[in-house]
Amino acid sequence: MKHLLSTLDLSREDAIRILDIAEEMAAVGTREVKKLPALRGRTVVNLFFEDSTRTRISFEAAAKRLSADVINFSAKGSSVSKGESLKDTAQTLQAIGADAVVIRHGASGAPARLAATDWIDAPVVNAGDGTHEHPTQALLDAYTLRTHWAATHGNSALGSDLAGMRVAIVGDILHSRVARSNLWLLRTLGAEVIMVAPPTLLPHGSHAWPCTISYDLDATLAGGVDAVMMLRVQGERMHDSFFPNTREYSRLWGFDDARLAALDAQPGSETIIMHPGPMNRGLEISSAAADSPRSTVLAQVANGVAVRMAVLYLLLSGDQQRPAGL
Amino acid sequence: MSTSTTAYLIRGAKPLGEEPSDILIQDGLIVALGADAIAHASAATATLIEAAGQIALPGMVDLHTHLREPGREDAETVETGTRAAAMGGFTAVHAMANSNPVADTAGVVEQVWSLGKRSGWVDVRPVGAVTVGLAGKQLSEIGAMADSRAGVRVFSDDGICVHDPLIMRRALEYVKAFDGVVAQHAQEPRLTEGAQMNEGEVSAVLGLAGWPAVAEESIIARDVLLAEHVGSRLHICHVSTAGSVEIIRWAKSRGVNVTAEVTPHHLLLTDELVKSYDPVFKVNPPLRAESDVLALRAGLADGTIDIIGTDHAPHPSEAKECEWAAAAMGMTGLETALSVVQHAMIETGLISWADFARITSTTPAAIGRVSDQGRALAVGEPANITLVDADARWIVDPFAMATKGRNSPFKGLELPGKVRTVFFHGHPTVLDGALNTPRITEGA
Repeated sequence: MKHLLSTLDLSREDAIRILDIAEEMAAVGTREVKKLPALRGRTVVNLFFEDSTRTRISFEAAAKRLSADVINFSAKGSSVSKGESLKDTAQTLQAIGADAVVIRHGASGAPARLAATDWIDAPVVNAGDGTHEHPTQALLDAYTLRTHWAATHGNSALGSDLAGMRVAIVGDILHSRVARSNLWLLRTLGAEVIMVAPPTLLPHGSHAWPCTISYDLDATLAGGVDAVMMLRVQGERMHDSFFPNTREYSRLWGFDDARLAALDAQPGSETIIMHPGPMNRGLEISSAAADSPRSTVLAQVANGVAVRMAVLYLLLSGDQQRPAGL
Repeated sequence: MSTSTTAYLIRGAKPLGEEPSDILIQDGLIVALGADAIAHASAATATLIEAAGQIALPGMVDLHTHLREPGREDAETVETGTRAAAMGGFTAVHAMANSNPVADTAGVVEQVWSLGKRSGWVDVRPVGAVTVGLAGKQLSEIGAMADSRAGVRVFSDDGICVHDPLIMRRALEYVKAFDGVVAQHAQEPRLTEGAQMNEGEVSAVLGLAGWPAVAEESIIARDVLLAEHVGSRLHICHVSTAGSVEIIRWAKSRGVNVTAEVTPHHLLLTDELVKSYDPVFKVNPPLRAESDVLALRAGLADGTIDIIGTDHAPHPSEAKECEWAAAAMGMTGLETALSVVQHAMIETGLISWADFARITSTTPAAIGRVSDQGRALAVGEPANITLVDADARWIVDPFAMATKGRNSPFKGLELPGKVRTVFFHGHPTVLDGALNTPRITEGA
């Protein structure tokens, strides 16, 4: 694995290796000294062309826990906002001596361009590109799902996959890099995926995806799912006539109190409720759902650091075995 | 007239790929064919062009070329673009109007026309804008451009669709006074806001905003009905979808006076290539699916699509060395058109070299009303002749091209067919597969 650009081209072996190493990295986070020397002297650049405080600080925490030096390069207020090209920015980072580049970009495929060109040699980690992919988000979601699935079955998560799991991904699939990355990774790990969305927010061509597509959230929940992943709805979608208004969206595709009650009424239901954050409480998810024991929102955040540690470790150390110091 | 009074005797070439026949050229005209060529009085002093096994074609005519001058001389100039055209086997190109300033006045089209004359590599026929500034609001000075020295007959806002149905109707009606044709860039603007690539299974995976086929097809459907209603000549630029072919086939069966073009790249490449996110594959209209490519080939073979138009669109490297969304749309095409069409259409058995002459020379010249181009290889006709070594194979190298643009989507591909010699009004602009000299005319 030279780069992490997408989950579409991530093998099952690599995915499980990342999740397994993340298990060990998570243990570091529970220590008093939350730090490993693994990447001492290496420089990780967080190259963020889009604002995303959550993802950036997660990567920053991950790199720092591995003792890497971190440079945060935010496009806002930098030379990029003065018209510097992606190529020049990449070549600048190369000259500075970046050992890995974590890139968030509004244009789908920008990380793939960095990886394919000779602008920079360092490994590239896609931290979200346009409406394409967000592979570390999918990996942390898979980690969260795997933890839940293993606990449900009383097994160890290490080495396991998601075979037999049914996961519903609900909301703005069309514009969601999280949905795409999760689809490919969850399928690779053996889970069944159901995409639930208004037809306007499903991409033309998604009929060819390896998932079930539904317009009906209640029927999907009634059919029994092990996890339901709510996607953030951008407010500006309302002005583009993707749906009539936020109230109708919330009523039909939001995880509201009534749906939480219906889930609680299902005998023995252990369905978890996930959200990549930041949440629009009251729109795609009600406060009761977000704060319920089923919610894994904060666990996802914690798992994100562990998964990103594993990814940085694998890309930078070249060591495919367990990290030293564990 | 031409200062080139030298005679040339082409030996052994096969006109339209048929039986070999010598061709004698003198003073810009074909003066003798076959046995008469050698027997002719001037044959003794003629320069010999050994062309045994090569195919003789009427000089190619492109109805759709972006020469970028005036305004974007960093991307291409009339000089470099017409050198590329000559190297590609062309003897005439139509220079699209989306320059800066836009070719919407007699002054600009005459400037482009005279730059073409001065360069002397091919005939440069300026295209006039349909609307002022390509803004789609107000008709440009179509009459003045038609009556100018440039003699404009093709009008197009190419790059932008004439989307207002009333403006389109008026344009179609108005050009009738000048025997003109409106060449439509069919792209419904609302359906393609922010569009990045063909909308389908690939765009769904790549997360690039989709460019639906219906955005092209709905405009074509509207415009063929408008052309029928007002009895005008309509030309559809760069048809790219199977549905568009169906609509044009239907329109022709009703007797609508519509012609259509397809680009070489839409005959060969598909949206699968976009998976690389390499902007060299970003083009307007976008690369489509395999089923569209096959429908376009079938439409070209059965005459539904009339011509090849290159849509040669050179860009400076920085316009392509970036992320997909920021990249410019367009591909170079003049120097690969013949080879790509040979590969996609002739080697697949869909058309003959005689058909090739029709779709790359005779018909585009007729649509553009270029009277001394696209003519038969016959005695007394202007000597616009392209000699092709159809058996040669070559690997496309954008850096070896005459165009300034390095944005060839065929880079690294092995293709058949090499242009060996081009006669432009009797003057060899290309000899032995290399640029020779331009044709110098007085008063240029």
